Amino acid sequence: MRSLHEEGVDIVFGYPGGAALHIYDAIFNQQHIEHILVRHEQGAVHAADGYARSSGKPGVAIVTSGPGATNAITGLATAFMDSTPVVVISGQVKSNLIGTDSFQETDMIGISRPIVKHSFLVQRAEDIPSIIKKAFHIATTGRPGPVVIDVPKDLTDPEYKFDFDYPKDIDIRSYKPVKEGHFGQIKRAVKLLLGAKKPVIYSGGGVIQDDASSELTKLATLLDFPVTNTLMGLGAYPGTDQKFLGMLGMHGTYEANMAMHNCDLILAVGARFDDRITNNPDKFSLSAKKIHIDVDPASLSKIIDIDVPVVGSAKECLDQIIEELGVQSHKIDHDKLKPWHEEIGAWKEVHGLNHNLLDQKPTGGKILPQQVIQSLYKETKGEAFITSDVGQHQMFAAQYYFFDKPRRWINSGGLGTMGFGLPSAMGVQFAFPKSDVACVTGEGSIQMCIQELSTCLQYGLPIKIINLNNAALGMVKQWQDMNYGGRHSSSTYEDSLPDFVALAESYGHVGIKVKKHEDLESAMKECFALKDKLVFLDVDVDPNEHVYPMLEAGMSMEDMHLSKDIKTW
Amino acid sequence: MKRTVALLMENQPGALSRVVGLFSQRGYNIESLIVAATEDPSLSRLTMTTTGDQKVIEQITKQLNKLIDVVKVLDLGESDYVERELLLVKFLHGSIQTEVIKELNGEIIFENNELFNIQFVGTSKELDQVLKDLESSNPLEIVRTGAFGISSNLKTLTI
Repeated sequence: MRSLHEEGVDIVFGYPGGAALHIYDAIFNQQHIEHILVRHEQGAVHAADGYARSSGKPGVAIVTSGPGATNAITGLATAFMDSTPVVVISGQVKSNLIGTDSFQETDMIGISRPIVKHSFLVQRAEDIPSIIKKAFHIATTGRPGPVVIDVPKDLTDPEYKFDFDYPKDIDIRSYKPVKEGHFGQIKRAVKLLLGAKKPVIYSGGGVIQDDASSELTKLATLLDFPVTNTLMGLGAYPGTDQKFLGMLGMHGTYEANMAMHNCDLILAVGARFDDRITNNPDKFSLSAKKIHIDVDPASLSKIIDIDVPVVGSAKECLDQIIEELGVQSHKIDHDKLKPWHEEIGAWKEVHGLNHNLLDQKPTGGKILPQQVIQSLYKETKGEAFITSDVGQHQMFAAQYYFFDKPRRWINSGGLGTMGFGLPSAMGVQFAFPKSDVACVTGEGSIQMCIQELSTCLQYGLPIKIINLNNAALGMVKQWQDMNYGGRHSSSTYEDSLPDFVALAESYGHVGIKVKKHEDLESAMKECFALKDKLVFLDVDVDPNEHVYPMLEAGMSMEDMHLSKDIKTW
Repeated sequence: MKRTVALLMENQPGALSRVVGLFSQRGYNIESLIVAATEDPSLSRLTMTTTGDQKVIEQITKQLNKLIDVVKVLDLGESDYVERELLLVKFLHGSIQTEVIKELNGEIIFENNELFNIQFVGTSKELDQVLKDLESSNPLEIVRTGAFGISSNLKTLTI
């Protein structure tokens, strides 16, 4: 605990148990660090993750051995796939019991190995300070990621005393992340940027992680380049800006995907050409030159061959490019890009997302899920922190809520973890106690970590849960509609859903049910007017709505379903 | 394409499982693997042979480099290098002529009145050929170490 305090940690999320009892006693005996008792270890790691993503500071979770450790695994995998700085301290059975199948023993280091950036098994109590120092250094630098510290119970025994010395600096000979980009590569990149007639900036979560949003915006403005963001990158570039194309990829906007497919230059920053972006890599943006800036060398040319790879932090490299463009500013020619902007404008006009849905009375009687997001956007003026679970609601939120600032959109993009929304919202609310925090979820996802409603009561967290209730696992159902002849195998459960209003109330919160379109906006208003209360807004939405656009599997980025009847190919 | 990759890693528990785990996790093949401590006791040197095209090998070396316990990685095939592997074979007396063993550059390293053990050293390819030539003599047991190597220029895998 002393090491965590020295490291600047002021909040940890956790759940006690046998092997962690010495640590919990130490928590009890100190005042610097607040411990938040969750209701399930998965919630602890997600909360730490939400705290990290929104604040930029590392999140910390403490769990016990055995089931405590295994329950933390989904949280670790979530953090790993989205490269977020989370440190998980797991209790372990006593050193002399390791390997004997003792009570609540599990090989945490082994189980977590593929889903952590690094892990430590503490072997001497004296090593705890330096291991904690290393763990935070590794978790937060380079490409961030989760780190596990597994501590056998005997090594936290207060009976054992040693001279405490928290290291100021740390040097790990095998770990030296590169910050600055290679100057030759920067110059090559600038040459391509200046020559492009149809460029696109494609930026991802790395820009947010590295706090490089202002540099990205500056560069896009300087060059007058259009920008698209990945699901993880939303908010890195202002969502309401004219040059913003929206999200790209599987459920990206028509204009973003068309621009990616038809451009002559892609500047990728802190993004990783994930399969949800590229669709078929063999058909991906064949006529474009590609520049890729990433702090992780293994991301470069992993899926798509890159013409100018640049290893370095997004912030540093963008700064270097901006500086070099300053030297060559006479070569910047905005006029050259006019036809390209016009082409993109035309795409937007034909098949852009309909952002004026809110006032339309739905023809089928049911509220459209997109309308709920638009109502949320209107009520919060685009200023709220939005966490989400995984599924259709996540995509609707990504499409219809415009994020002007980074770190406002918190979701599980890589692993796609249902159950992430509510606990991560807790982490966000702890980081920003005075801000509006909304968790956009579905009746499927919310039930995966619903026990955290109890944590929210204990700590008075006024989270707004916006439940898009379509009484089905919407995204699964959509795929079954599109690819499995409408056979809804195990994706519906409408007769067995709980009364969410009563459920919220039983946990001591406020529940509001919305069934009619005309009630939506007033209910949303009421929800956010209850400043000090957690409100569970349960909205019945049209169960037949699909998320569009949607890329057609195996094809290129311009091959999209735009509605149930319209395809682009 | 077969490639030999050598690396230095921290000589501590868990390091080897991270390296091996990476291969299964990312779907790469390991054909052989050798690990031993180096003259610097804090480091182990690991040599593995793997197969894959240039792109795969590049990913493998990058991913290995990312492991915190891995200090340095060298794709030996990037430049000239020499490779050796050790092969031990067991024969019953009478199943093979000593002339054949000599012809194949084998060395008898143990013998009793029942059987003898023979050692062969060479590149993996040479040893493949030796095994082919020994096939008709019905060896009782065969064991190979897997290949390791050292570059044959001034480039060294040291820190």
